[in-house]
Amino acid sequence: MRVGFRGPRADSYLDEEVTDGTRYRYALSALRDTVGAPTEPTGWVGSSPQWFDPRRLAALVGTLVISLLVVYFVRRARAGRRLFVRRISGLDAVEEALGRATEMGRPILYVPGLSRVDDVATIAALNILGEVAKKTARFNTPLVVPVADPIVFTVAQEMVRQSYTGAGRPDAFNQDMVFFVTDQQFAYAAAVDGIMTREKPATNFLIGMFWAESLILAETGALSGAVQIAGTDAISQLPFFITACDYTLIGEELYAASAYLSREPLLLGALAAQDYSKLIIIVLLLGLTAIALAFGINAPGLLG
Amino acid sequence: MKRQLPLLIVLVVGIFAAAAFLIPHPIVRSVDEVFRNDVLRIIAAFSLVLGVGSILRHHFIKIKRKAAHWPFSYITIVALFISAIIGLLGGIDPNRPGILPTQVGGFSFHIQTLFSNIMVPLAATMFALLAFFMASAAYRAFRARNFEATLLLAAAFILMLGAVPLTRIVIPPLPDFAEWILAVPNTAAKRGIGFGVSLGIFATSLKILLGIERGWLGGGGS
Repeated sequence: MRVGFRGPRADSYLDEEVTDGTRYRYALSALRDTVGAPTEPTGWVGSSPQWFDPRRLAALVGTLVISLLVVYFVRRARAGRRLFVRRISGLDAVEEALGRATEMGRPILYVPGLSRVDDVATIAALNILGEVAKKTARFNTPLVVPVADPIVFTVAQEMVRQSYTGAGRPDAFNQDMVFFVTDQQFAYAAAVDGIMTREKPATNFLIGMFWAESLILAETGALSGAVQIAGTDAISQLPFFITACDYTLIGEELYAASAYLSREPLLLGALAAQDYSKLIIIVLLLGLTAIALAFGINAPGLLG
Repeated sequence: MKRQLPLLIVLVVGIFAAAAFLIPHPIVRSVDEVFRNDVLRIIAAFSLVLGVGSILRHHFIKIKRKAAHWPFSYITIVALFISAIIGLLGGIDPNRPGILPTQVGGFSFHIQTLFSNIMVPLAATMFALLAFFMASAAYRAFRARNFEATLLLAAAFILMLGAVPLTRIVIPPLPDFAEWILAVPNTAAKRGIGFGVSLGIFATSLKILLGIERGWLGGGGS
């Protein structure tokens, strides 16, 4: 039975199709056109279930290093050490955007993306929603949160409720602020566009995971005259947000937002760890590239 | 307990999911599959009830308060019930009809027919708007107000020209230069953002596992 084919100069082949516990023998056959020259078969060999995948060793090492950095910086933050966080203009604008909505007496629209709650971008969007809701509670600004996933809806509603309670305004919380619309992508976009054109929110937050609907939402918001703050980790949607919105949280800034807005020391600690991890990656990239260039080694050779 | 139990479940399941990535053993993989497929589906089924409840509540309140455009809420509620009745009683598979007949002569109102003939064209209409929004967004982006916008304009101009077949005859090196812009500076920037995003996802996941980030608890943990 033919197992696989390798081209010239290949010296190994990994058979991924074997069944554990079954014995196999392998033979090589050098091919020229349709003529083959088979070797003698090897001895009987077999595979067994493994408790570690050595191909993922680099992932394990990376995970451990970044985990240690997070734990270290969280401990530092807990000990009361001040940590520097660079300015993020999109997040600095949150206060100003909320103030504008309050002055205009118009609502704030918060769209937490279209993904499910197991998407980290959605979790980041919900964390920012918590901080925004605290401020809308203080300013008594109407908040509108249409949601595209039922579980996200439940979490978002609880989050806004807690924020209003935390801000000392449980009376101002209205259960209808957060509502489920639909999980159909373009039906949701149509519904949110409708809210933008009918209710004319002063500020639109488009934060979380977006797909093709990103520009439909952002352009409608821009045409309605709202100040728009967007944030996503979907690289392909970033250009649309940068074009159509006033402020955009690019990639990792989305994950930094909850720490930045809340100034919670433990969250800031994790943020510092993130930055140092990035530094390590940059140093590794530059160093390994220099070594590879200097000694003519390819990348898989360097990483084993 | 209300706070501790979810944190404990997240810690255990999260560590298990991370371990399952590194352990190819069939026992670990099969348990991981159960979590990823079966458990998630069960949770999703329960969440559907919450979603339908929210829609009904939102629109009943609108009707009760006679809020702006309240008659449309009737349409939403009626459409919701009609599609639910047809879907539940008429069956999902057109070849295996349910207890409700969904075919009257040549006229079908089966749930798949309704979806294909109402939802799909409506969604396609919304999607088609994207072309017009792209034009208006491009107009706004390409106004050379500052250095970055000018750079964007220049790059877009080169890329657009590079995609035109005639350019290969008039300015032969331009298509290759356009290709280079996409393959080198553009990819470099995307990878830079990608590293940041991956680290952000990792750090956020770790914060959730360690219980530092508790936003997903609905604010209850903060």
